Amino acid sequence: MTIKLTLTLDKGATADPQLQQFIEIESQKQRFQQLVHQMTEVCWDKCMDKPGPKLDSRTEACFVNCVERFIDTSQFILNRLEQTQKSKGTFSETMLD
Amino acid sequence: MDGFGSDFSAGGSGGKMDTSTIMEQVKVQIAVANAQELLQRMTDKCFKKCIGKPGSSLDNSEQKCIAMCMDRYMDAWNTVSRTYNSRLQRERARM
Repeated sequence: MTIKLTLTLDKGATADPQLQQFIEIESQKQRFQQLVHQMTEVCWDKCMDKPGPKLDSRTEACFVNCVERFIDTSQFILNRLEQTQKSKGTFSETMLD
Repeated sequence: MDGFGSDFSAGGSGGKMDTSTIMEQVKVQIAVANAQELLQRMTDKCFKKCIGKPGSSLDNSEQKCIAMCMDRYMDAWNTVSRTYNSRLQRERARM
């Protein structure tokens, strides 16, 4: 579920700067929350065996590593895509290879 | 999920809604959306963990399992949030 915040403005009207800043901050917070939801779900599948009476330290360490490596993976993929794009021209061309 | 944000246009009849009213509404809607997101994912995960073969009712041991699973899911959520947050801080400090 993604939340889209769109502000429609009348012609010639300027956006309320206070509101604009508010939307920017809330959108950023929302992106954070959304990623936390996503990573919790992914890492739950990787790390959680049978839910016990408390989160043991081994499982907690697994969650921490899982989050760090998930972000690493995302950055690695982004970097690599950027590199292939640079060396091989446009993205669409490399997709056609 | 639709209907989200649909009442932004409600202020049309009597002039414009003031900024603080809009901000308040947005905050509430975001909170509701986040609660729904958590509820949905938690239900999905705990159903998978705790209900092996759906029987004629939710038996006692299944209920116990679900309760424990909910608590652990919240623990996991908080751990992930903390870890991600400190990662962001570290990356910001490096720039």
